[in-house]
Amino acid sequence: MLGFGILSGLLVLPLVGAAFILTLRGDSEAARSNARWAALATTIATFLLSLVAWSRFDTATASFQLVESHVWLTDTIRFKLGVDGFSMPLILLTTFLMPFCILASWESIGHRVKEYFVAFLVLETTMIGVFCALDLVLFYLFFEAGLIPMFLIIGIWGGKRRIYASFKFFLYTLLGSVLMLLAIMAMYWQAGTTDIPTLLAFKFPSNLQTWLWLAFFASFAVKMPMWPVHTWLPDAHVEAPTAGSVILAGVLLKMGGYGFIRVSLPMFPEASEYFAPLVFALSVIAIIYTSLVALMQEDIKKLIAYSSVAHMGFVTMGLFSMNEQGIQGAMFTMISHGLISGALFLSVGVIYDRMHTREIKAYGGLVNRMPMYAVVFLILTMANVALPGTSGFIGEFLTLMGAFRSNTWVAFFATTGVILSAAYALWLYRRVVYGEIDKPALQTITDLNRREIITFAPLVLLIIYYGVQPGPILDAFAVPTESLLNNVQAALATVKTAAAVAH
Amino acid sequence: MNPAFTIPAFGPVLPEILMAAGALVMVLFGAIRGERPGYAMNIIALALLAVTFVAVLMLPSERVETMGGSFVIDGFAKFMKALTLIASAGGVILSLDYMRREGISRFEYPILIILSTIGMMMVISANDLIALYIGLELLSLSSYVIAAFDRDNVRSTEAGLKYFVLGSLSSGMLLYGSSLVYGFSGSVSFPVIATVLQGNVSIGAIVGLVFVAAGIAFKISAVPFHMWTPDVYEGSPTPVTAFFAAAPKMAGMAMATRVFIDAFPGILIQWQQIIVFISIASMALGSFAAIGQRNIKRLMAYSSIGNVGYALIGLAAGTAEGIQGVIVYMAIYLAMTLGTFAVILGMRRGNVMYETVDDLSGMARTHPVLAFCLGMMMFSLAGIPPLAGFFAKFAVFNAAIEADLVALAIIGVVTSVVGAYYYLRIVKVMYFDEPAERYDAMPAGVKLVLALCSIFVVLFGIVPAPLVAAARTAASSLF
Repeated sequence: MLGFGILSGLLVLPLVGAAFILTLRGDSEAARSNARWAALATTIATFLLSLVAWSRFDTATASFQLVESHVWLTDTIRFKLGVDGFSMPLILLTTFLMPFCILASWESIGHRVKEYFVAFLVLETTMIGVFCALDLVLFYLFFEAGLIPMFLIIGIWGGKRRIYASFKFFLYTLLGSVLMLLAIMAMYWQAGTTDIPTLLAFKFPSNLQTWLWLAFFASFAVKMPMWPVHTWLPDAHVEAPTAGSVILAGVLLKMGGYGFIRVSLPMFPEASEYFAPLVFALSVIAIIYTSLVALMQEDIKKLIAYSSVAHMGFVTMGLFSMNEQGIQGAMFTMISHGLISGALFLSVGVIYDRMHTREIKAYGGLVNRMPMYAVVFLILTMANVALPGTSGFIGEFLTLMGAFRSNTWVAFFATTGVILSAAYALWLYRRVVYGEIDKPALQTITDLNRREIITFAPLVLLIIYYGVQPGPILDAFAVPTESLLNNVQAALATVKTAAAVAH
Repeated sequence: MNPAFTIPAFGPVLPEILMAAGALVMVLFGAIRGERPGYAMNIIALALLAVTFVAVLMLPSERVETMGGSFVIDGFAKFMKALTLIASAGGVILSLDYMRREGISRFEYPILIILSTIGMMMVISANDLIALYIGLELLSLSSYVIAAFDRDNVRSTEAGLKYFVLGSLSSGMLLYGSSLVYGFSGSVSFPVIATVLQGNVSIGAIVGLVFVAAGIAFKISAVPFHMWTPDVYEGSPTPVTAFFAAAPKMAGMAMATRVFIDAFPGILIQWQQIIVFISIASMALGSFAAIGQRNIKRLMAYSSIGNVGYALIGLAAGTAEGIQGVIVYMAIYLAMTLGTFAVILGMRRGNVMYETVDDLSGMARTHPVLAFCLGMMMFSLAGIPPLAGFFAKFAVFNAAIEADLVALAIIGVVTSVVGAYYYLRIVKVMYFDEPAERYDAMPAGVKLVLALCSIFVVLFGIVPAPLVAAARTAASSLF
């Protein structure tokens, strides 16, 4: 079929679903119901298709697979797609989380239902696009295109300060990204192409690497988000509807980390080594500072948002420790955090849908009326704290080990973040779930319904399964990690020999 | 010198001759027919534009000079003329219903559009300073009249007068600059000027260059010669504003390109700094000044100032890549601006046209399709992928990076983020705010323009190669 492969299918399928929903007429209850079911069917079909892609994926090689390349902007800027061990798990994470987002929006989205699902499906296409683009211009295109649906999702279906939050989200990330665009152009003129596999083999001059690294850093650091450019995230999270928060925390934040792995580390190894202390410093500040900030939050979503920033600090720290444990741990943390934070936001959504408030003070004693919810929330809280036996532990442990090998002090300070995270997460749990029900509004609150149980069951099971059995995920990117490190070490070694010869 | 009179080759001038003859026939026809309702004159004008469009496409792509070297056609001229003709046709189609409803549907309007379009085509093909000036005056004088076309309306007449006074001043500057250039190079012909003015030239020629640049900057409404733009855009009848924002911009950018690349390639260093300055100033002013605007026509005026700034980045690069960027930028800008004005023309209830940003309130619920189209235009103008506007910005910034104009590119992308704020504000008003009353149904012509522009803007990203490749061929004909 004209050389279009399974990855194109993954990009097109959500769009087809969106187009179908657009053709639904009217705003009757029947049309809304059709839109919901169509969206659910589309996301499940996309997930199944991504499983097919996964079954055809070979974890034993570091090279790009399922590659397809089509004529696009010019001869050297092509519509090229492909996946490797770093991107494949993230694509699966995206397609896996989407059906839950649709389920979470089933009843909580009451107005402009069709538009909502259209925006979500378009967003899914752009997210998958980011992870499978093998051309930097195409990567940028998907990276930025996701802003449009997310802007609308926050702005139309968000909370009270939704307009402020949507503008902040959009302009903040745009400002970070435009510098990356200029860097991509500079690379184009340097290497003559924006083809990622070619650029991975290309050696950029040292002084240029510094500037390119900084430009990409501006974009990825905002997207991550790293301290001190994280301030858009709590606002966006608090105001976004539940499913928007899930996608934001679960997938959009991973784009920054993915960018570091895909571009910064392998293409600018010298600059990455040079700037590693900066990244370490920012990561440690993020881990400690945002954990402290999280302690003082009165809004549940904001608390989880700050905890996300802290966890992303572990990711950047692991990435720039530039050893096997660090990078694998960072990748694992991204996947596991996608599941955990997604599930946490879903569980906040559960009580928000019932009480329409996210104030911690408005809750208390939920265990009396909602025992099942209390169990789910407990497991998720423990996973967020990185208790051994949950997937959170594996990632955090590996990143800390990687950091320890690279710089003991960094690991030392980062470990305090583990304690702090236990403090804010357990305290939150105590205030929301334990105690007596003394608020009259909570007297009639109901436990999880069937739809919610269906939503949480797979997430909780996976979090525990990967906590005990991390192998399947780690294997996916073991070989690419090795090859990435080999290339980085080789590049750094050449520079050092050259410097030694010059002396 | 051969004193004998030789008949020049008329083939390359055929489109212009067609247009001129057509315009004369239209004057006759209109005068005999008198003031009668109906769209006959507009349809003749559209047919004429269509025929000329075909004639332009059939021109040879290699460089041909005629009329004693004062007129040139090449791939670049062909491409820009085609764009101009599309823009003019858009201006005519958008005016159909509006002029009738406002009671100003006179037969002169399509004729003036045609005359002004001839001026634009002349400007695009001018190969010496005299031809350039004549084309420019034809373009400008017709424009002054149509700005004041709603002659019983104070705002419209004020717009026409303002445009005329300031426009004449700028024509004077251009003429003065031309005389200096002629004085210091000894010729008005671009190729001769190009061979004479090389390397270190005398200060007189530089002063002449600056005056020429000032005259051109006025026509494309670049800062610091932009002052007329908001007032003229706001005061003119809306379809006229749409025409001003589209067609003369195409011709103006083509003229700027032609003059700087063809006549002054030897002193690129000198004019590059001028272009860089007006480009930065236009982008910055276009972005910041638009934030406070309430009237959407004024807002679009500042937007067009900003967009000219971005297009000038390509010219500042002064390379084939840069000119390719200018061409791509202008082609995409054309679709975005016509589409936006189509929506503005749809904001009507009964006999009242609504023009403020707040009047768009909640349009996503009262007119979902319109709101979607305008929303996409706004994201596109802000340069967000995968919409066409991104590829426009990509083309010019890419050229700037190639030409090592890194500072210009950085300032450009930062101002584009500032600009994104006011484009987003329009999306916000349409999508996030409470709906107001519905507007009347859109006239068919406006719908057609909007549909074509929206399809182009939204789907351009899927097959960008044809336009980019065509622009590359067109740009390479200048080098």
